Amino acid sequence: MSILLNKHSRILVQGITGRSGLFHTQQCREYGANIVAGVTPGKGGIHIEGIPVFNTVAEAIRYTDANVSMIFVPPPGAADAILEAADADMDLAVCITEGIPMRDMVPVKALLQGSKTRLVGPNCPGVITPGECKVGIMPGHIHKKGRIGVVSRSGTLTYEAVKQLTDMGLGQSTCVGIGGDPIIGMNFIDVLTLFNQDPDTEGVFMIGEIGGGAEEAAAAWISDNMKKPVAAFIAGVTAPPGKRMGHAGAIITGGKGKAEDKIRTLQECGVVVSTSPTRMGEAMLEALAAVGRPAAKSAARASAKRTKK
Amino acid sequence: MNIHEYQAKEILNSYGIPIPRGRVALTSDQVERAAKMMGGRCVVKAQIYAGGRGKAGGVKLVHYPEQAQEYGKELFGRTLVTNQTGPEGLKVRRILVEEAVEIAREFYLSITLDRESSRYILIASAEGGMDIEEVANKSPEKIHTLQIDPFTGLRPYQARKVALSLGLTGSICEDCVELLMNLYRASQEKDCALIEINPLVVTKAGWLMAMDAKITFDDNAVYRHREYPDMMDYSQLDPLEITAGKYDLAYIKLHGSIGCLVNGAGLAMATLDVLKECGGEPANFLDVGGGATREKVAEAFRIILQDHDVKGIFVNIFGGIMRCDVIAHGIIEAASEVNCTLPIVVRMDGSEVEVGKKLLQESGLNVQVGENLGDAAARIVKMLG
Repeated sequence: MSILLNKHSRILVQGITGRSGLFHTQQCREYGANIVAGVTPGKGGIHIEGIPVFNTVAEAIRYTDANVSMIFVPPPGAADAILEAADADMDLAVCITEGIPMRDMVPVKALLQGSKTRLVGPNCPGVITPGECKVGIMPGHIHKKGRIGVVSRSGTLTYEAVKQLTDMGLGQSTCVGIGGDPIIGMNFIDVLTLFNQDPDTEGVFMIGEIGGGAEEAAAAWISDNMKKPVAAFIAGVTAPPGKRMGHAGAIITGGKGKAEDKIRTLQECGVVVSTSPTRMGEAMLEALAAVGRPAAKSAARASAKRTKK
Repeated sequence: MNIHEYQAKEILNSYGIPIPRGRVALTSDQVERAAKMMGGRCVVKAQIYAGGRGKAGGVKLVHYPEQAQEYGKELFGRTLVTNQTGPEGLKVRRILVEEAVEIAREFYLSITLDRESSRYILIASAEGGMDIEEVANKSPEKIHTLQIDPFTGLRPYQARKVALSLGLTGSICEDCVELLMNLYRASQEKDCALIEINPLVVTKAGWLMAMDAKITFDDNAVYRHREYPDMMDYSQLDPLEITAGKYDLAYIKLHGSIGCLVNGAGLAMATLDVLKECGGEPANFLDVGGGATREKVAEAFRIILQDHDVKGIFVNIFGGIMRCDVIAHGIIEAASEVNCTLPIVVRMDGSEVEVGKKLLQESGLNVQVGENLGDAAARIVKMLG
C-alpha cells in the first residue's frame, strides 16, 4: 500500500510532445510508471515513443482507461489542462508547470472543490511511490521502498531529505511535493490525512518553508488527529526579511509566517523539528524511536552496521 | 513586479478612480515648473519601490515653487531608507508633484490574494494612513475583509456593505461602491498581486480620492501584458539582480562573504541556514532553478563573481535528473573564463556524481568537493577562516 500512486496507476501525460514533457515521460517510464497515453491538442493520432497521443483527455481515457494525469502544459494553457483532467474525472492530476498566473488558479481551485480529482501542484516535483510508480521530475534513484511518508512544499530540498532518509535505511511509502505556489491543490493536511490512513506508512517527514500559514495549520491538525510520529524541517530560519511594497500581506498574516513561529508551533504539537538541514534523517529517526516503531530499530541497526564497516 | 506610485495612480485613474492632479519630474527644475502649475502650494513625493516614505522624509508639503525646487534638489540623488527598503535604501530618481488636497477623512483599501482561502480578498479599514499595520495588530476588529467569489466577482451589494462599514453614507457611499467595483475590475484585468489605496480620502470638498497607491503585478502574468516590462524602473533594482532576472535566476544580495549557488529555492534557503549554523555569512541567495542547466550555472557563477564582497563560493546542486558532469562543466567553464582563484567548495548529488567530482578535482581550480551538505558547508567556512 501507499498513497495516491501504485503499480496499477495508469498514467496520461498532458503536454507530452513538449521538450520537458517528453523527457520526463521517458524518465518516469524507465522508473516503471505505466504511461498509457499522451494528450496534445492538434496532435491526436500520432505515436510518440510508442505512446498514443490524443487531442483531449476524455478521448485518451476512452481508449486507455488512464486514471492519473501528469501535466507539463506551459503556463498559458496549464489551468485549462487541470480543469480538463478534473472534468474527465481523473483520480489524480499532478501539475509540474511553473509560472501559472494566480488569476488563472483562483477559479481552478474553486471548481476543484467537490470534484473527484485530487490536484497535486502546480509548481511541484510530483509524486513518487518508490519501487512502483513515479509521476514527476524527481530523481528516482535516491528513493527506496519503505514506510516513511514525505510531504513537502519544496523541490530539491525534498531530494536532500529523501536522500538522508534513504542513507539512514528509512525507505519511503510515498513522497508528495505539494508545490510552492500561493494556490495549490492538495495541502499538508490533505496529504497527512492519507498517510494517517495508510497502513504501510509508519511515520511522516514534512518539509516547510517560511511564508504563509500552511505549516501552522498542519501542526494543529497533527496535534488533534495524527496517530503516527511526524518529524519536520522548516527552511528559511536565517532568510532576511523580504523587501515588500504594501501592507496587505502583513495585515493578513499579522506578522506570522516566520520560521521560528512555525518551528515553535510544530514542536508544541508534538512534531520533532530538525534545526539543521543536515539532520533531517536523524529527526525522523528520533520521532520514530519516541514511539518505539520497528522501522526506527531496523534503521538504527542498518546505520550501526554501516559505521562498523 | 513593482511599479511606482504615479504609475499605479495612472492605472487607477484609467478605471475612473479620482486621483490628485500631478506631474512626474526627473529634475529639480521640472519639480519647480510642476509646482507652478499646481499653484505653488503642493506635495512633493519621492518615487521609490517601497513604502514608509513619509516617515523617512520622502514626502513634503511645500508652499512655493522655489521651495519645491529646493526640496527636489535635496531629494534627487538621495538614498531613502524606510522600514520597507532594508538598510541599503533606495535612490530617488523620480519625483511626483501633486496638488495639495484638503482632507476630511482617511481610509485604507486593498485587494490581494488570500492564500488561506485561495481567493482574492478585499481589505478595508476606516483607520487609514501610515499606521495601518499597527491597527491590524492592535485592533483587528477595525479591519474589514471580504472574500471575493471568482465566479460572481465583487457584487455591488457586497461593496455597499464595505462602504457602510467605513461609515460612509448617502451619495458618497454610492461613489465608494462604484470605486470598489472599479478597483476589483482593475485588479483582475491588470493581474495585480496587490492593489492598494492608502489612504483613500474624502476631501473637504466632499470627493473620494486616492491619495497614495501601490500596485504589484503578478510576476507569472507579466507575459500577457506587453506594456509591463517598459514600466519597470531599473534604477530601483540591484544591478546584479537585474542581470540575474535576464537569465531567469533568483538572486538576492546579502551581506556576507560566501557566494552561494544552489538549485531550488527551498534548498537555497536551507543552504543559507546551514552556512550560518557553521559560522559563515552568505553573500547572496541564488537559485538557478530546480532543473539547473550548464548555461544557467555558468551565468550564475559570473554574477556571483561580480560581487566584490565574495571571498569564496559554495555550490550546492542536487542534480536530480540533470547530470552532475554537465553541471561540473558549467562551473569549470565559468570559473576559467574569469580566472577565478577564489576557493570553491562544491557539493553535488544526483546522477554521474563521481564523473562530476573527478572533472572538478582535475580542473586546476581552487576547488574542494564536499561529501555531503554539512561537510561541504564546514569546509568553505574553514577555508575562509
